[in-house]
Amino acid sequence: MSGPEIIETSAGQPTGHVLDIDHLKVTFATDGGDVYAVKDVSLDVRPGEVLAIVGESGSGKTVTAKTILGLLPETATIGGAVLINGNNVITVSASKLRQIRGRDVAMVFQEPSTALNPVFTVGWQIAEGIRAHAAGGKRVTAKEAKARAIEALRKVGIPDPEHRVNYYPHQFSGGQKQRVVIAAALALNPGLIVADEPTTALDVTVQAEILELLRDLRDKYGTSIVLITHNMGVVADLADRVVVMYQGDVVEEAPARVLFAEPKQDYTRKLLAAVPHLGRNSASEGLKERAHKNSPVLVDATNLTIEYPGRLGTPAFKAVDGVSFTVSEGEVFGLVGESGSGKTTIGRAIAGLNRTTGGSLKVLGYEMLNFKERTFKPLRKDIGFVFQDPAASFNPQLTIGDCVAEPMLIHTNPSPAQARKRVGELLESVQLPASYADRYPHELSGGQRQRASLARALILNPRLLIADEPTSALDVSVQAKVLELFKEIQAEFGFAALFISHDLAVVDILSQWVGVLYKGKLVEQGIGSQVMGAPQHDYTKRLIASLPVPDPDEQARRRAAHRALLAT
Amino acid sequence: MSTEAFTPAKKSLLDRLPVSSHIRRSVGLQRTMLLIGVVLCAVFLVAAIFAPLLAPYGYSQISDDAGTFPAQAAPGGKHPWGTTVGGYDVLSRVIWGSQTAATVIVVAVLMAIFIGVFLGLVSGYFGGWLDRILVVVADAIYAFPTLLLAIVVSIAINKGQSGFWGGILACGFAITAVFVPQYFRVIRAETIRLKAEPFVESAQVVGASSARIIGRHIFANATRTLPLIFTLNASEAILTLAGLGFLGFGIEPSSAAEWGFDLNKAMSDASSGIWWTGVFPGAAIVLTVLGLTLVGESMNDLNDPRLRGRRRAGSKRKGTEVKNQTEVSA
Repeated sequence: MSGPEIIETSAGQPTGHVLDIDHLKVTFATDGGDVYAVKDVSLDVRPGEVLAIVGESGSGKTVTAKTILGLLPETATIGGAVLINGNNVITVSASKLRQIRGRDVAMVFQEPSTALNPVFTVGWQIAEGIRAHAAGGKRVTAKEAKARAIEALRKVGIPDPEHRVNYYPHQFSGGQKQRVVIAAALALNPGLIVADEPTTALDVTVQAEILELLRDLRDKYGTSIVLITHNMGVVADLADRVVVMYQGDVVEEAPARVLFAEPKQDYTRKLLAAVPHLGRNSASEGLKERAHKNSPVLVDATNLTIEYPGRLGTPAFKAVDGVSFTVSEGEVFGLVGESGSGKTTIGRAIAGLNRTTGGSLKVLGYEMLNFKERTFKPLRKDIGFVFQDPAASFNPQLTIGDCVAEPMLIHTNPSPAQARKRVGELLESVQLPASYADRYPHELSGGQRQRASLARALILNPRLLIADEPTSALDVSVQAKVLELFKEIQAEFGFAALFISHDLAVVDILSQWVGVLYKGKLVEQGIGSQVMGAPQHDYTKRLIASLPVPDPDEQARRRAAHRALLAT
Repeated sequence: MSTEAFTPAKKSLLDRLPVSSHIRRSVGLQRTMLLIGVVLCAVFLVAAIFAPLLAPYGYSQISDDAGTFPAQAAPGGKHPWGTTVGGYDVLSRVIWGSQTAATVIVVAVLMAIFIGVFLGLVSGYFGGWLDRILVVVADAIYAFPTLLLAIVVSIAINKGQSGFWGGILACGFAITAVFVPQYFRVIRAETIRLKAEPFVESAQVVGASSARIIGRHIFANATRTLPLIFTLNASEAILTLAGLGFLGFGIEPSSAAEWGFDLNKAMSDASSGIWWTGVFPGAAIVLTVLGLTLVGESMNDLNDPRLRGRRRAGSKRKGTEVKNQTEVSA
């Protein structure tokens, strides 16, 4: 069992393309039988072009990308041809494949912190690739390799590369780590870079910088890029041509501008319609003043501070620093911020999962500073919580019905028939068939699980719902459905909600009142459309300018404006 | 995975039981190893359960109607595997020995599982000073050589020697003391991991009590690796029992047959060319341990998707079957 097995290969003619994929077919052997991950994919990449492959999870886009570098596991069976500069990656020998990797094609991975080895300096890791590809059989000296590593770091805009080449990965920030990964990919000047979700793990503001860098590479060095992504904003920002994949097949292929302006296929049209677009479909459209401001206040935070204790000798880490806000009955409060801004910590503190360390946080009139579980427990039936990852928030050993009924069993002690009836009602209202109560969580899709999660949060008719990034683990089209459902149910049940998300566009769709968190401080709050349309704080301005919108022309204008903003 | 229609296939009981489901999932060499292990274990269990029927004589029988058994008789005739210096029939002693071994495994491992799982759940979930103390105690027990600890416990319980149940319990307690830290550690680590899982947090958010969270949410998820540790520990339990018997801390020959004890008595025979008194009990220990280890290790490999061998995609399958499966996975 050495490497993927090959069946039927058809030789392609040499063309002017950097990459030619011809009738690629990939099948995986799994416990549940054969899975046809890629059914029939043909595409090509020209020199100096950015080709985006977009699709939802399970569409086969990542498998296609991995095939280009021969990175598939041994359970895969590959058919068709992948030609890089005339070499068919599928049939070449292992040693030839090693030569092609790095020299002709390189890869940028999704998660920069796991793509770099933490025990070696970044310079060593970049040099590793250079020394593996000694030209003409000559060994590259350590000194020479380091010089070229410094050169590569300079290319990707790492300041002071002579010095920082000796740094270890943990000494760089997330965005800089991704720059280092790109530098390693660039070290041998490959004609083609395959970037698999290169910005998904990064914050919006950092994402904008990395996209800028990738564009520069194309413009300056003529590198072709295959960009794998699910984010239509990123596609609009960077891609020249777009291939849309769905369930292992290419649905549509068109230049980016054409695709966004006039998609031909139904699937593409649906996909584009599902992408949230900042400034469209805002929940706070036309509001002049805060809605529900005369309703009773459910959550009242004044100078709220939450610290995580540091290790021995290190000071405590302030995750939330003097934040004040209120959530009134019936209101949807949107909390936006990047990773590390403290938004999740605030949500967890309201639900009693984190302890507050300073200021005051009143939840339904109960002071959460030094709260006691015993006295807080009666209030828990009025608080619902929807978690980020629907796959992990259900006990895999219990049926959906048991999971949804759990809050009820704990607080009201119903008869089994009553519980069953109520669970059925709730599942119906989140648009799941009542018969799903007998299924196990793994038998549901991501979107269905998140709806069941919503049903569990709502079963006791809570007055307050906390939703922590409820849609960020979902595909765009599923996200659109869940958001719509959330909006409907909120209108129907009338609960107050704290909606936490990193995605400005999603928050704008749901919330009338929006707060922007930055490094533990609430830098701005106001009516959603006003915050998004006319941000006051510098950080909010930067955040909104960094967000790519799914429209190439508009995005080009925004990009110019963003550059101007950064220049000042 | 966004398709709405999905028919769940209810698995049959055979597919959910630990070992039988593993046999179905395995292919090639892994399957051969697992099957060999299962067969060896089956032989061991059959010998243990039906010992009174299978063994030609009792474990402490040294004479029958025809008179006293000859001492150190070579294999053949009335005694297919020969007799020992004390006149015991070797075949009978080996078969009866499997019964002793099986009883010790059940007693020792069950006790260890109950105590270890309980302490692991409580310690992992609540943490704090209780957790710290239990971990230190477990580490301290780890620091002892297994056999030394077993000997100490055995002496403490009944001065080292005793009858069948006394001996079984002594061995059982000794082995329990050694294994509790292992179960404790595994369950505690799982509990700590599960404690941070969103589904446990979601139970906390709705106000579930700690007992409910441990019993309903953590227990079933934390104990899934137990069949694996059980088989691996069972083989260690046999070795510990044999070691105790060999050193003379086992069970009296008049109250039960015990492989380690027989091996000890066979030591002086080896130099005088009498091989059958040592080879047969020794082979019984080796094969039983091998069988249990093969089952345990194969299960370990099969539980890990990265180590599990699979059939090649697209081969050895009928076309229709493949089509159905793609519809499900699509």
